Amino acid sequence: MLISIAWKNIWRNKLRSGVVITAVTLGLIGGILSVGIMFGSSDQHVKDALNDYISEIQIHHPKYSENNESKYFIKNSESTENVLSQIPGVKSVCSRIKIVGMANSPEAAVGIVINGINPEKEKTVTDIYTKIPAGSGSYFENTKRNPILISSKLAEKLKLHLRSKLILTFQENGGTMTGGAFRVVGIFKTTNAMLDETNVFVRKTDLIRLTGFSENTAHEIAVRLTDKKMLETVKSEIIKKYPNLSVMTWKELQPDLAMVTDFMNQMMAIFMMIILLALGFGIVNTMLMVVLERIKEIGMLMAVGMNRIRIFTMIMLETIFLSIVGGGIGMAVSAGILDYFGRVGMNFSSVSKGLESFGYSAVIYPKVEVSFYFILSFLIILTGILASVYPAIKAVRLNPADAVRTDA
Amino acid sequence: MNIIEVKNLHKIYKESEIEVHAVRGIDLIFEQGEFTAIVGPSGSGKTTFLNMIGGLDKPTEGEIVIDGVNINELKGSKLIDFRLRKIGFVFQAYNLIPVLTAKENVEFIMSLQKRPKKERIERAETLLKAVGLGDRLNARPSKLSGGQQQRVAVARALASKPMFILADEPTANLDSESTRNLLEIMENLNKMENITFIFSTHDARVVKKARRVITFDDGKVISDVKNKY
Ligand SMILES: Nc1ncnc2c1ncn2[C@@H]1O[C@H](COP(=O)(O)OP(=O)(O)OP(=O)(O)O)[C@@H](O)[C@H]1O
Ligand SMILES: [Mg+2]
Repeated sequence: MLISIAWKNIWRNKLRSGVVITAVTLGLIGGILSVGIMFGSSDQHVKDALNDYISEIQIHHPKYSENNESKYFIKNSESTENVLSQIPGVKSVCSRIKIVGMANSPEAAVGIVINGINPEKEKTVTDIYTKIPAGSGSYFENTKRNPILISSKLAEKLKLHLRSKLILTFQENGGTMTGGAFRVVGIFKTTNAMLDETNVFVRKTDLIRLTGFSENTAHEIAVRLTDKKMLETVKSEIIKKYPNLSVMTWKELQPDLAMVTDFMNQMMAIFMMIILLALGFGIVNTMLMVVLERIKEIGMLMAVGMNRIRIFTMIMLETIFLSIVGGGIGMAVSAGILDYFGRVGMNFSSVSKGLESFGYSAVIYPKVEVSFYFILSFLIILTGILASVYPAIKAVRLNPADAVRTDA
Repeated sequence: MNIIEVKNLHKIYKESEIEVHAVRGIDLIFEQGEFTAIVGPSGSGKTTFLNMIGGLDKPTEGEIVIDGVNINELKGSKLIDFRLRKIGFVFQAYNLIPVLTAKENVEFIMSLQKRPKKERIERAETLLKAVGLGDRLNARPSKLSGGQQQRVAVARALASKPMFILADEPTANLDSESTRNLLEIMENLNKMENITFIFSTHDARVVKKARRVITFDDGKVISDVKNKY
């Protein structure tokens, strides 16, 4: 009965309750959308980095990991690939020859990482093949000798165009400097400008021919997973099988990438708390007005035998209901908006130049995890409970004799 | 049977510097089945007295024994629980919970007593019929007249099966028709069910119906006339 009284009580002053509920609703929509945008963009940022370059797990010769010297390579890369692809949770595996070198054009020279890839197999691991815009060439199609993919960023720097020639210099297997002329067949562009600037892609076969590495070697084996939650289990499984290789997750390979995500999560938590705190104070204020307005009624209830626990509970329930109604509408509306923009995307291209140079996509697909709603619901109820304490204490402190005096 | 024994009751209100000696030494005994009016000029201490014997306010001095229990010694929730079990209240106004219907208001007090739902509903309907509101069971207080609201309050007070019912000026806000109607109901309940009523009033027509009239003046009892018919 207390529950039904509390529920009916909040609709007594429809305007006032409506204002509070609207405030909670709007506050939460603002909060949830902001969280969704931040979370979506940082999630996208990580996803892009993993899809375009890093993959979930990379395997190297332990010494290669230290300073990328090409003399430290993985032998028997083919059989290793086969074994790795059998591990549960592994979606795809691909090996690369990876050599540090220089890219020289008539205009300039820059240090780069040359990725010698098997073009078809690489498609199962990275999305570079999808990052060549129309009119910017193609992904190793109908080409004869030494094709190379470079990023638009690098093309700009070296003043190169499609079908331009550029000279790569690097060490061959053994240490002597060597080089080769490559023809630009495709100019790609990912959201990660920093990695774009330093990576070029050539065919593994071409690189082997120029360096003398054997077909069955690799500097890097990239592993993609079916489920990101399997990260640690797959890693330890690989270590068990190859204790002599260096196995690193993307979090270890790109600690700043992982840190940004964690930092973002914490910021968002603090942000939501501040919103809830502000709403909480609004609710306290409203409930104090409610108690003040109902002094006589509360006094009467105490007089006829409603004890303090029940009075306290009644005020607390009313407060919780107010926050739940506002919170429920706020979350439902936010979920709807997030669902829409999560599919369509939000275009921030007016500020995208800045974003993209940090590796953030210009089109953001806002989203929040389902668990976020659960935690938020809990926090909303908690806000209601905390906001009710002071008004409820005021209510139970009323002296029924004073409260029922009709002349007072 | 004595149900309330009041000994040497005093109440002094202290508001900053000023002290108001509202009740100045009252000794009274109330018995089961009384139909008693407390009268006296405004400010003579009627409300103060009723609040103290109802356990709503603490005396400054003196003793109130109800059903063998000295209620001054009851604290906090014990006192509230005592009121719930032993005393029915009818106030001048603000008696009902506005968001509940007449029936729910009567039921409510029984739900505080943790009575079973079936009993609550049956008793609420019976009592509301007894006060002539059988056809307004599902009306909210705002849809009832002042007199009807007071009758719901009487039904509510009865619902908890108290030892006695205290009513501070129950008819003060009513027109003469409603006053007569309410008094009739109270009188009938007193006669048929032997329900004890103690009420204060300024209304001479109400006083006429009482079988005991206690007159207060300046915080003291100046006359106590019993068995008046
Ligand atoms: N809470 C209070 N604080 C201070 N003085 C009070 C308080 N309540 C009542 N008094 C004073 O105590 C005296 C008795 O008041 P009380 O309300 O008991 O009289 P009453 O007989 O009920 O009067 P009325 O017929 O007008 O209802 C009055 O002088 C009143 O001003
Ligand atoms: Mg009075």
